[in-house]
Amino acid sequence: MNYRQATWERETESGEAVNEPLLSEKRTETVTHDDVDLPDELVRDELTLPEPAEPEVASHYTRLSQMNYSVEHGPYPLGSCTMKYNPKFTEDVAALEDGAIHPDRPDEYAQGTLAVLHGLQEYLAEIGGMDAVTLQPPAGAAGEFTGLLVARAYHRSNDEDDDRREVIVPASAHGTNFASAAMAGYDVVELPSDEDGRVPVDALEEAVGESTAALMLTNPNTLGLFERDIEEIAEIVHDAGGLLYYDGANLNALLGRARPGDMGFDIMHYNVHKTFASPHGGGGPGAGPIGVVDELTEFLPDPHVREADDGSFEFSEPPESVGKVHGFHGNWLVLLKTYAYISRLGDAGLKDTSAMAVLNANYLASQIDLDVPYGPFHHEFVASAGDVDAAEFAKGMLDEAVHPPTTKWPEIVDEALMTEPTEALSKDQLDVLADAFTAASQKTPEELAAAPTTTAAARIDQTSAARNPRLSWRDVEEAVEEVDE
Amino acid sequence: MQRIQHDEADRTHELDESSPFAPQTPQEVEEMLSAIGAESVEELFDVPEAVAFDGDFDIEAKSEFEVVTEIEELLGRNADRTEFLGRGHYDHYVPSVVDYLSLRSEFLTSYTQYQPETSQGFLQALFEFQSMIVELTGLPVANCSMYDAATALGEAATLSARVRDTSGSRVLVPETIRSERRSVLENYADGAELAVETYPLADGNADLDALAELIDDDVVMVYAESPTTGGAIEERLSAVATLADDHEAAFCLGSDPVALALLQEPAAVGADIVVGDASVLGLSASHGMGLGLFAVTESYLRQAPGRLVGTSETADGRRAYTLTLQTREQHIRKERATSNICTNQAWVALRTAIHIASLGASGLSALAEESVTTAAEAAARLDDVDGVSAPVDDRHHFREFVARTDRPAAEVVSELAEQGFLVHEVGEFEIQVCVTETNSGALDDLVAAVREVLA
Repeated sequence: MNYRQATWERETESGEAVNEPLLSEKRTETVTHDDVDLPDELVRDELTLPEPAEPEVASHYTRLSQMNYSVEHGPYPLGSCTMKYNPKFTEDVAALEDGAIHPDRPDEYAQGTLAVLHGLQEYLAEIGGMDAVTLQPPAGAAGEFTGLLVARAYHRSNDEDDDRREVIVPASAHGTNFASAAMAGYDVVELPSDEDGRVPVDALEEAVGESTAALMLTNPNTLGLFERDIEEIAEIVHDAGGLLYYDGANLNALLGRARPGDMGFDIMHYNVHKTFASPHGGGGPGAGPIGVVDELTEFLPDPHVREADDGSFEFSEPPESVGKVHGFHGNWLVLLKTYAYISRLGDAGLKDTSAMAVLNANYLASQIDLDVPYGPFHHEFVASAGDVDAAEFAKGMLDEAVHPPTTKWPEIVDEALMTEPTEALSKDQLDVLADAFTAASQKTPEELAAAPTTTAAARIDQTSAARNPRLSWRDVEEAVEEVDE
Repeated sequence: MQRIQHDEADRTHELDESSPFAPQTPQEVEEMLSAIGAESVEELFDVPEAVAFDGDFDIEAKSEFEVVTEIEELLGRNADRTEFLGRGHYDHYVPSVVDYLSLRSEFLTSYTQYQPETSQGFLQALFEFQSMIVELTGLPVANCSMYDAATALGEAATLSARVRDTSGSRVLVPETIRSERRSVLENYADGAELAVETYPLADGNADLDALAELIDDDVVMVYAESPTTGGAIEERLSAVATLADDHEAAFCLGSDPVALALLQEPAAVGADIVVGDASVLGLSASHGMGLGLFAVTESYLRQAPGRLVGTSETADGRRAYTLTLQTREQHIRKERATSNICTNQAWVALRTAIHIASLGASGLSALAEESVTTAAEAAARLDDVDGVSAPVDDRHHFREFVARTDRPAAEVVSELAEQGFLVHEVGEFEIQVCVTETNSGALDDLVAAVREVLA
């Protein structure tokens, strides 16, 4: 397959070679506010911004779009990111005028929105096997932070547990786990991986104690492996007085097959944008609802939607709420799309999702001529690029009409290529992807260094970007002026 | 179960139990299983029996038409009311071009730009978003990935504590800050062992004397808003900045891109950090969904949270864009990371950028000026009503203002709602009214309703 991104070669007025010029290089305007009824000292002297006509706006962003890879261009197998097809009808649902209401509307005038939120809370509680769900966290990482705030509030409510200052995180966990724990004021205890890629139960037993607040676990983990000892792990953590936290990044592999609540998890977050396919354009927006077991419900963020005796819905503040983690009610449009997606699939569709995601991952793993340690895999696996630098390997894959996997992570596997095909890829597409692995593995170091050649931009020097940060039009202008001098 | 949508299609692998978004045919499933060496898909699940789930969620699958119809019906239960609501979240008209361009699949279904060579379009769009915020704030560094104004404020507080040479534990915010925003801030502050305290306002602006009394060398950040939660333009920003500076505290200003198109540049009044909600352009009211605005001064760059896009060069010498300064981030130095922010609101940032581009400098400035004149006009018209005085604060206002009512505000708000108009209740005898281009056409009707309610 040959795929070439659009390129739009041009020189700016200063002679710099660019793809599409910046808006600021095309047409700008400086305006002043002479007629406004405000004292001069409150008003800015002038404002300079682009002043394109609508056709120019349309062609600028259309060209930019054509220099961007997407799920519909081809495989996008970024491990742990669950980049799958996003059904189109959810966009129409999100555009419904009746859903575009102000967050401060009194509940009685927002019954429709509240009904959707309540319905989604119920769906997610059922899918996760949790007792209660809150939808407020606006991202997966925000869900982690919120979950830890709930854990902290719970421990604080038990006076003798107030000094539980540690959160245990396996080495294979998502980087955000560490940061979320730190944000909530916890010290992180890192747990190495066992020889079989899973949490070492012995080491866990040694790590837990009176200062353990929680263990954060992804299951299946980032190697795509199910933590088979989960019951024992839960018992160890609970016996030590800690809570078990489920990172929902890989829930797509378990839909309808196993539920975090049934495995002994006390708190979990859902990456609804991954598991339930709302588009995360450029990385977002997502949403990170959290589910908790009964004894933690009272600590959920304010507000939480509940059904009143008369069947109406209302926002209510749980009695010992941790407060708020978003200024309003979270990322409503993402939540609405999630509700639509789950409604569309139903039980059978959800179960089928995990079945096909797991099938696709195992099939693809079997077709790749690289070392793929561990197994069997749930919806992702980690191949090793071996002697080749994984980042270089990825550049080689870019020329094969696919997006490469997540690279160099988790660090448990040398030169890791963390691959998640999702259920949305057909066998055809999986074969294309497998061929891309093969093609990249056959390239010489020189060929890899010269890649990519089919993308809108050739290899980009990321080191110099960090050494000499140019972060805005102003910086670009200055740089151009310096060259001219 | 009958599924009209797919029963007819032969691209489903198991006719009765299939996802419409998984394309495998039964034959392909067989081929794949045989390549793996497995008998069935079930065999691939490595889940111990004790924790396996074999129940039902009782969620019935529906056709696309059924889902759309159901959600239309549900959302139709939102009462038809004209909103004059604001207080930190505003409804401006979003031009159609924003939808058409941002919904292009190449933008909508892409992801974090880990491979910059194939993500130049989104990276350039984010770079341009950053640039627009830099122009509006006058500060040299803006990121493109915060959730909303409240969480951006939380990140600002912990950032202030990190960049300060000496330790400190207090954050000062105006007493009129939205309680929700303060609550979010407190959750961020708590983990960093900071305490949030308030300073009073005098006639709608910061009370400088009281602030001077409260501030000491233990303060890491002073926060002020302009416009304030009550819609007043803050006239004492430079003085607040000076007070903060005298104690080596960061000065953080809360605002939004429309207000910044008109008001004095934050950099010029001494702001070290600007936060706010940027999605005031780009999204409709969206039940409070947002995009955090976050800009900082140069010296905070390497401690700043969130994703940053910078320029670089390609191997063939062309300008290109890439995520940069990632050494600060949790996916690189996870043990020392201080923020978990990823690219989360990137698509909203794209929409905001397209909205600003389509307005242009003159359109954005005009919108900002209109926000002052319509607020003044609406206040004057309500002030004409017997039993109402508006605005309460003798200040200039932006989009919204507080009005005093002779009757209890709760009664006024509730009776107005029955008549079709939603306004905020902000005090025992105070309501707040917000006017933008999306509701100004109903201002006559609102004034008439207020007259009737106060009669």
